[in-house]
Amino acid sequence: MFGGEPGPNGEGDDVLHSPLKVKSVCLPDPATVAPPAVEPAAEPVVRARVRGLDFWYGDFHALKHIDLTVPERAITALIGPSGCGKSTFIRCFNRMHDLYPGNRYGGEVVLYPEGVNIVGAEVDPLIVRLRIGMVFQKPNPFAKSVYENVAAGLRIRGIRRRGALDERVERALHQAALWDEVKDRLGASAYDLSGGQQQRLCIARALATEPEILLLDEPTSALDPIATAKIEDLLGALVEDVTIVVVTHNMQQAARVSQRTAVFHLGEVVEEGDTEQIFTNPHDERTEQYITGRFG
Amino acid sequence: MTVLSATPLAAIDYPALARRSRRRDLAFAVGGIIVMLVAMAMLASLVIDLAADGLPRLSWDFLTSFPSRRPARAGILSAWVGTSLVMLVTAVIAVPLGIAAAVYLEEYAPRNWLSDVIEINVTNLAGVPSIIYGLLALGLFVYGLGLGETILTAGLVLALLILPVIIVATREALRSIPQEVREAAAGLGADRWQTVRMFLIPAARPGILTGTIVGLSRAIGETAPVITIGALTFIAFLPQSPIGPEFPFLNFHWLMEPFTVLPIQMFNWISRPQVAFHANAAAAGIVLIAMTLLMNGLAIFVRYHARRALR
Amino acid sequence: MTAHSTRLAPPPGISPGFLARRRLVGLAARAILFVAASASVFVTASIVYVLLSESLDFFRTVPIVDFLTDTEWTPVFARPHFGILPLLSGTVTVAAIALLVAIPLGTMLAIYLSEFAPTKVRETVKPALELLEGVPTVVYGYFALLFVTPLLQRFIPGLATFNMLAPGMVMGIMILPYVVSVSEDAMRAVPKALREGAYALGANRLQAAFRVIVPSALSGITAAYVLGMSRAVGETMVVAIAAGQNPNLTFNPLHGAATITAYIVQISLGDLPYGSLAYQTIFAAGLTLFVLTLAFNVAGFALRRRFREAY
Repeated sequence: MFGGEPGPNGEGDDVLHSPLKVKSVCLPDPATVAPPAVEPAAEPVVRARVRGLDFWYGDFHALKHIDLTVPERAITALIGPSGCGKSTFIRCFNRMHDLYPGNRYGGEVVLYPEGVNIVGAEVDPLIVRLRIGMVFQKPNPFAKSVYENVAAGLRIRGIRRRGALDERVERALHQAALWDEVKDRLGASAYDLSGGQQQRLCIARALATEPEILLLDEPTSALDPIATAKIEDLLGALVEDVTIVVVTHNMQQAARVSQRTAVFHLGEVVEEGDTEQIFTNPHDERTEQYITGRFG
Repeated sequence: MTVLSATPLAAIDYPALARRSRRRDLAFAVGGIIVMLVAMAMLASLVIDLAADGLPRLSWDFLTSFPSRRPARAGILSAWVGTSLVMLVTAVIAVPLGIAAAVYLEEYAPRNWLSDVIEINVTNLAGVPSIIYGLLALGLFVYGLGLGETILTAGLVLALLILPVIIVATREALRSIPQEVREAAAGLGADRWQTVRMFLIPAARPGILTGTIVGLSRAIGETAPVITIGALTFIAFLPQSPIGPEFPFLNFHWLMEPFTVLPIQMFNWISRPQVAFHANAAAAGIVLIAMTLLMNGLAIFVRYHARRALR
Repeated sequence: MTAHSTRLAPPPGISPGFLARRRLVGLAARAILFVAASASVFVTASIVYVLLSESLDFFRTVPIVDFLTDTEWTPVFARPHFGILPLLSGTVTVAAIALLVAIPLGTMLAIYLSEFAPTKVRETVKPALELLEGVPTVVYGYFALLFVTPLLQRFIPGLATFNMLAPGMVMGIMILPYVVSVSEDAMRAVPKALREGAYALGANRLQAAFRVIVPSALSGITAAYVLGMSRAVGETMVVAIAAGQNPNLTFNPLHGAATITAYIVQISLGDLPYGSLAYQTIFAAGLTLFVLTLAFNVAGFALRRRFREAY
């Protein structure tokens, strides 16, 4: 799918991924399809299970009875036409909706291994956000230096010692594949970076806090194709350490990058399963229509 | 439209109508420009008159002498020292108080009747005449709390006077911070106070600074409330210096001393019948306007600099 | 696997007690911020309390009927009179003159800036108007007494040295920027669709301005007038310097008179024993002024809000 494996048409680890690659994946041809990155032998560990999740914006029933599984150390992609609830859903994972009045959760989002329902009324949203990180659609670094941006999450957690901060900032920037580009200008303003670099900075910012799940809400929709590819590669590397949930309006991206996919439509999950199966053998008619571009 | 009459539309001489129409527009535009020029002329004549009367009197001696019964020897030393000290107290009180109030109103206040009451209050206070603040200070600070006719009282009353300015400026600055900053901070696990302290107030700094400068430039020229609390107009001494020879080297006696300020000194000189004092008044007025202009210029500079630094 | 506990534990990297400390700091911060925001309510309450308590004391000695109907204000005479009407007449006359200057000039300038002026012109004029607003009122007083009055005296032989015409005109120029900015804001807020509709019908700018924009912005423009009136009524130094301090029940602008504000200044400059009847008179006068400006402010804000809600 990604990484060093040459695709079926012989393309290498090129920066630009041709859409032709997806079509060839969609054709059932087991002999030429690259093996999935996750070990298929063992049952994947589940990091979170969503059961019957409902969500209301005031009176508007935005999410209807969602069931979904988020496996550990895998990338789960959420796809679907725009306005169908993907962003609303992902924001339930870190209780972002609690910032605004009039919102209501129903059902469960159970985080493992403790088995706690994080949208329950007794759970402190601040603690949820201390454990689950988010990267937003438009890169939104703070008006501070590169270093301070990455250190922000650490300072919020009360880490102040310069040595500890230095170490973790550097580690996060390495993880975000940004270290080489900024190591000589850690004190420069974050706004001096390009759009793609700023988004990687936001990823580093989230990674510095060692989240259990990293949520990304359409992280590349505001970026050019080269920056997009860099971030897709980055996610592929990160998934060995972090559980990732990605919202994307770009199906090909989901196919390239994820192990598991959930298809959203009008506030419901229409189908959910291994990415390969969703794209090569969709069970639900709506999934097939979306994938083949009949609506979107 | 003006042409409704028995004339059928087809019979109207449109080109002539258009010409007349444009002429009327031009006439009004000319009128507008004339009004503008009149206003500018007033400003110019004020400045020129002040300069003509006062510039000759402006000298190093003038800036460093105490007032005196002889106009030629009188100076504004006690006045501008008093103004500086009072401004210091005003800033120290008004700025933290104003920022805190604005932060609460903008980031914490729930949408209920109490918040509405507070907001209405701030708006209303902005429209209360400055002399009423003077009466408040007279009753509450001078006599009620026994603070007397001192620099502290003056600083307090002027701080209350410019509080709405600082609150409004800070609120505007906070409001202009895009929501994505708050969401990014929340996404990292910050609580509301951390978001405010670590991200919002730093981002609002230019706006707060501008508002403070504008507020202080207003306070410098305020005369009525300071007269009301009893600032004397003939002060021929300076308050005790805050730096002392013994530990702890810093004292606050100067807060409780009588004083005068520049606008009051100017007022005092205008009120004298001798024309020579009027020249002194004009000179003091020049200093006052120079200070006000300087501060407004500083505010504009801060605003411009901040806009450039923001990308 | 069903959920078997309902509380979420913090991540392992957080030191114990950190969350509890953060929560406490957050609560303390919120409390302090709330107190700061409530300061404005406290200020209003104090103003009302001080004015009322001293005035009530005053009205125990002087019947309120006398206060409202007596035509002489001579509190420090041997046979004192306490009628507020002379002070009111002074206040109203000067304010009326100021509005007579500010309203036509201000509206015309506002219409010109909003509908006619090119952006470059607007960008030069608006800061210049702000400068006008920033000039300290003592300086305006100086200007009124020592420049405008002599100038007017050349054309109006009967003009006294202390008169109401000169400070009235100067006050008009002083509140001009405020009237212009509030009116212009109101006119700019009229939706483009209305403006374009008028032009589409063939109106020239003048017709669009007067027949469409001004009527739509009327409550906002009226708010500007009312708020300008409030400012004129509350102004102190210009009248204290140039209108004289002789209470005089007259509406003749050629004569001098004392306004409420000038009277308060006059008494504050003197040496009045705390608690004496004369001391209390400034609070009674202040209360009258407060009620007057409050009425204007409330009306002005209500008009402004009604205008905003319409769009």
